[in-house]
Amino acid sequence: MNQPASAYFLVNRSDEPETHTLSVLVDNEPGVLARVIGLFSGRGYNIESLTVSETEHETHLSRITIVTMGAPMVIEQIKNQLARLVPVHKVVDLTTSGAAIERELAMVKVRGKGDQRVEALRLADAFRARVIDATTESFVFEITGKGDKIDQFVALMQPLGLVEVARTGVAALNRGPEGM
Amino acid sequence: MTREMTGAEMVIQALIDQGVEDIFGYPGGAILPIYDEIYQQDNIRHILVRHEQGAGHAAEGYARSTGKVGVALVTSGPGATNMVTALTDALLDSIPVVCLTGQVPTHLIGNDAFQECDTVGITRQCTKHNWLVRSVDDLPRILHEAFYVAKTGRPGPVVVDIPKDVQFATGTYVGPKNIQHKTYRPRVKAETASVKAAVELMSKARKPIFYTGGGVINSGPEASHLLRELVRLTGFPITSTLMGLGAYPASDKQWLGMLGMHGTYESNLAMHDCDVMVCIGARFDDRITGRLDAFAPNSQKIHVDIDPSSINKNVQVDIPIVGDVAYVLEDMIRLWRSSAAQPDKAAIAAWWQQIDKWRARKCLAYTPRRDAIMPQYAIQRLYEMTKGKDVFITTEVGQHQMWAAQFFGFEEPNRWMTSGGLGTMGYGLPSAVGVQVAHPDSLVIDIAGDASVMMTIQEMSTAVQHDLPIKIFILNNQYMGMVRQWQQLLHGNRLSHSYMEALPDFVKLADALGCHGILCDHPDKLDDAIAEMTEVKKPVLFDCRVVNLANCFPMIPSGRAHNDMLLPDEATDEEIESAIGEDGKIMV
Repeated sequence: MNQPASAYFLVNRSDEPETHTLSVLVDNEPGVLARVIGLFSGRGYNIESLTVSETEHETHLSRITIVTMGAPMVIEQIKNQLARLVPVHKVVDLTTSGAAIERELAMVKVRGKGDQRVEALRLADAFRARVIDATTESFVFEITGKGDKIDQFVALMQPLGLVEVARTGVAALNRGPEGM
Repeated sequence: MTREMTGAEMVIQALIDQGVEDIFGYPGGAILPIYDEIYQQDNIRHILVRHEQGAGHAAEGYARSTGKVGVALVTSGPGATNMVTALTDALLDSIPVVCLTGQVPTHLIGNDAFQECDTVGITRQCTKHNWLVRSVDDLPRILHEAFYVAKTGRPGPVVVDIPKDVQFATGTYVGPKNIQHKTYRPRVKAETASVKAAVELMSKARKPIFYTGGGVINSGPEASHLLRELVRLTGFPITSTLMGLGAYPASDKQWLGMLGMHGTYESNLAMHDCDVMVCIGARFDDRITGRLDAFAPNSQKIHVDIDPSSINKNVQVDIPIVGDVAYVLEDMIRLWRSSAAQPDKAAIAAWWQQIDKWRARKCLAYTPRRDAIMPQYAIQRLYEMTKGKDVFITTEVGQHQMWAAQFFGFEEPNRWMTSGGLGTMGYGLPSAVGVQVAHPDSLVIDIAGDASVMMTIQEMSTAVQHDLPIKIFILNNQYMGMVRQWQQLLHGNRLSHSYMEALPDFVKLADALGCHGILCDHPDKLDDAIAEMTEVKKPVLFDCRVVNLANCFPMIPSGRAHNDMLLPDEATDEEIESAIGEDGKIMV
């Protein structure tokens, strides 16, 4: 199991909460997600977003992407607490390990007629959202992007007849050729 | 080694292959196939307890006093839920325990079957790891992994939940040598650079202190041995947490006594004023640090711990060292010996002079009574009368526990079993059962309180059944003493439900249980009574009637700093009432 090097010197004493995206590689065994979530709820950490799926089927490895918020000392704790869970292979802080790419997918259902409908389509085009279902009085858009882009799109759809939204949560990878 | 056998047979074979000799348990429907195998073999001794919690604490006592893994075996449902306290206790004190639980057959799981509970769900947060075995093919691997996880790295409790059909099913047994855990490889050897930086910092110290904890004990006897060597080599003072007592001999002149909330004046002031703190296998718990913003304000801190999550959790340290205490100490000693830089002798001498001044304050002094037994006096006499004997001490939780820590001197590791992190009243008696099973010829004493002892008193029956001559030394003040002390400090002396009305006659109770009962209520008779207790070859309930209203000092009231202690001679009613401000009240 990867553990942080022993000689890390924390100098940042700021207590301002920071948002970090963590990538956690785990054995896909029963209860592993409950262990991770239980850790967060039991120790009072925040989960802003959580995405999980098996990513390597032959070795039964899942990748959990967690967006969390906390003071630097708390973020450090979260990483160490995650790393010591027995089925956890590796924890990488994508926020500190260089610029990471983060994407989220959302499906947005909008109901409307006439001008509103046209406006919704026009905005969807501007946001590069795709129409994946349509009736004479509704659309379901598929939009991919960073969380704030989706927030913005959803906000724009609100006056145009927004019905409901389903979001996947954040998936993230490091840039460059190296894996975690 | 591989061969065909049933799941229940695999359990016994795995225990044998893991070197287990004794297990603690209680049978029930879902675990009966394993009990049937226990019946048909002689390799493993089973100690029948009276309540599953007792099996858990006995396994903890066994583990803590031997350095081996303690094993408990219980049934599904209530058997498993009764284990939760003991598992949590073991988790907080890092005690290696393997708990095997029966489970309803696989096809009934989730059906609200008789004696079904979601054991892995319930114990997920109170174990280091747990497994539900869904197939007999997984059973041998999981059993061996369970022992590996329990004892490797920072030790802790694990649960293996085995459905009844898996116990009956036949499969291929695999021995421990063929099993390797996929992911779990804690780091034991520290980075040389960080150890080097630590030794360099130590060599520049003018007011250094070693602050050690249970991690030294968990690391094994070699760690205690190395700790002694390093402390003597450096000439630095040393203090320890409750969990670390015995790693360094209490009779040594460099020993300052325990630190923390009820620690000594000299150790707490030395912590507060130090310039270099060397924390080894301790975790800056809130009972240790007191007010965090006033904790050792002018110090640079080195922290050695096998668990990276213990580092920088409560207190930011300057030199973190992740590794097993014994390995790190070995490196420290080697580097210290080869290092040209040595601390300023005059500065260290001046530091000791200051410490001696604090020592002269005699913070543990109390006013002796001629007509009644002071609780501190009872512990002192118990210590003196058993000195040089092969003694193991367990405790319950409360004032008696703190007095035991203050007044009983420990010279060796693994001799002191107490519930530190969780603070489990009722821990000491079953823990003593476990210790006595591991050390049949030693003197095993549970220093108890009258309230705590009532929580697991039924385990005296276990002691009788298995000829375990444990001694339960009850400091009986007819109160939950520590609760009362806090009510005096926090709640205007309104003693809400802390008086133990209708306590049993412990001598008669001992008689009814088939034990030996002793009552002592006068200081003049105490030595003879203690001698009687140690000589009787039976379990003993010793009802030591002590002064009812004595309180435990010194004390750092919550919300105060190390250099702001309440000493016994200052503890007037008025001082006690105003000891904890509004902020401290929230902190408990």
